[in-house]
Amino acid sequence: MRALFTVFAKEFMENLRDRRTLMSALLFGPLFGPLLFGLMVSRMLNQNVALSDEPLKLTISGSEYAPGLTRYLEAQGVKLTKANLSENEAQAAVRGGAVPIVLIIPKEYGPRFSAATPAPVLLVADSADSQTRKSADRARIILGGYASSIAQLRLQVRGVNPLLAVPVAVNDVDVATPTGRAVVVLGFMTYFVLFAVLMGGLYLAIDSTAGERERGSLEALLSLPVARSSLVGGKILATCAYMCISLALSLTAFVCVFHFVPLERLGMSANLNTGTALIFFAICLPFVPLGAALMTFVASFTRSYREAQTYLTTVLLVPTLPIAFASIYSLKTRSSLMFIPSLSQHLLMTSVLKDEAVAALDVWVSAAASLAVALVLMVLTARHWRRETMLG
Amino acid sequence: MNLSKRFGAIEAVRDLSFTARDGEITGLLGANGAGKSTCLRMLYGVLTPDSGRACIDGIDIRGETSKARAHLGVLPHAAGLYGNLTARENIHYFGSLHGIDGGRSRSRITELARVLGMESFIDRRAKSFSQGQRIKVALARALVHDPGNIVLDEPTNGLDVMAIRNLRDMLLALKARGRCVLFSSHVMQEVAALCDRVVIIGHGKVLADATVQSIRDQSGAASLEEAFLQVLGETEGVN
Repeated sequence: MRALFTVFAKEFMENLRDRRTLMSALLFGPLFGPLLFGLMVSRMLNQNVALSDEPLKLTISGSEYAPGLTRYLEAQGVKLTKANLSENEAQAAVRGGAVPIVLIIPKEYGPRFSAATPAPVLLVADSADSQTRKSADRARIILGGYASSIAQLRLQVRGVNPLLAVPVAVNDVDVATPTGRAVVVLGFMTYFVLFAVLMGGLYLAIDSTAGERERGSLEALLSLPVARSSLVGGKILATCAYMCISLALSLTAFVCVFHFVPLERLGMSANLNTGTALIFFAICLPFVPLGAALMTFVASFTRSYREAQTYLTTVLLVPTLPIAFASIYSLKTRSSLMFIPSLSQHLLMTSVLKDEAVAALDVWVSAAASLAVALVLMVLTARHWRRETMLG
Repeated sequence: MNLSKRFGAIEAVRDLSFTARDGEITGLLGANGAGKSTCLRMLYGVLTPDSGRACIDGIDIRGETSKARAHLGVLPHAAGLYGNLTARENIHYFGSLHGIDGGRSRSRITELARVLGMESFIDRRAKSFSQGQRIKVALARALVHDPGNIVLDEPTNGLDVMAIRNLRDMLLALKARGRCVLFSSHVMQEVAALCDRVVIIGHGKVLADATVQSIRDQSGAASLEEAFLQVLGETEGVN
């Protein structure tokens, strides 16, 4: 036990002097998530505001062939820019990003319209661009509105009730609560919290295993009268300490970000205050030894810093898998899911954010399952360290 | 120290037996790949022999690993330090892991720093050390618990003439204090200059185990180098 704390103290101290470890544990890991999250949310905010408030801008070519349509568009508040483009020129202009959307009215529009046969118009837009796709959808809706009003007039003129052409009336009822909508965004947040945990211990896990081997200090360490389990235990404990620091910093940063990003304007409400942050810390705490043991275990098999880095950056993605799975199948908090580490933490944190009741049993099961996996990994790591192949 | 050792199936080392005595310097001499490192690694217990046993002061390294290791100071072939720790912290870390209390460790480090001439860099971080400084710290690390037996795997590798002389003086001082010193080398002059006994290893077997003088006498060769080549040549012939 004394040896375990000696190893812990030395690893903790030594890495406190290592710039790379500090950068990843105290800067990049914990702050990356909150910053990205803040940027993402404020961008969404700007886009939504732009969509609802700003008038639709449309470049129109050949407006002289359809004066009625042009007047209708202007009446709908569409800002028209008149131009004279052929179909190829319009495509090139949209592809090059010079204009977002071009509406082309060909010469045959007039005669076709008069003859009451479908009059063609061309809407040129890039559907790969999410911004213009939304504008194109708006343009399509307005054009559809014009078409149906003309259709109704034509039927009326011929003495037919225009309602006959509307057999089904669709009414949208959106049941998404403001918090429910926020959850999509918050799914990212819980991943970033778990990411910060792993990131905090990444370099220490590498340094205390592959680093020990690359430096050539491993053999001397292994020839000491100290149980290998004490060595491994001390190293994992030091990794845990860095992960806890990173977790605490990350949650603090999130509380700050939530303070400044007005989620309500997106129709969301999610209150992450100091109280919920403390609950998050408690929920994630059992994940810390699991992450530390997993990283130390994987890094123990690698021969060099570089190799360890390659494998461990893959490990960073491990907690995303259950979370991605959960969002694809839209899993709700359920007791049986509490046995899956990372997913259980994600679901519990989401429930807390949504202000839902969290069963105490679920919290205990989540903690126990994570700790059990952590214990198994620690035993496996210690066993690997006892093997001759450890020397490499 | 009473070390007897017998190995079976390991290719690197076959039925190897020798004894290194207290108050003597024993050299393990052999060409590259002769099995020197494997032999020493089994001695300090990081490799397990397929058969046979290694004892340190009569304690079986496999049976009572920790107890045996407490009597042993090891300078492995790869003697890396922790770059972000100072020389003192590097040595102190190993002292703590040997279970030495803080006060004794401190006074021991001061003493070793004086004897090994490390005073000028004892509180500097190990990152920037030269190879000579590194070996000194690694040696101090191996001696921090004042062990009765010292095992060194090719300690002179990468050292300049001055550093080699320092190391030699250090080993002679340990011998004078009645310690058992065992070191491996592939440089014959080094072994000839320093050792009381020499164990020559080739193809994982002991080819000769005697005092330097008696090996010369047996083979009738003037220098140990010639004797070494002769001993090696004989077995080559047998094989």
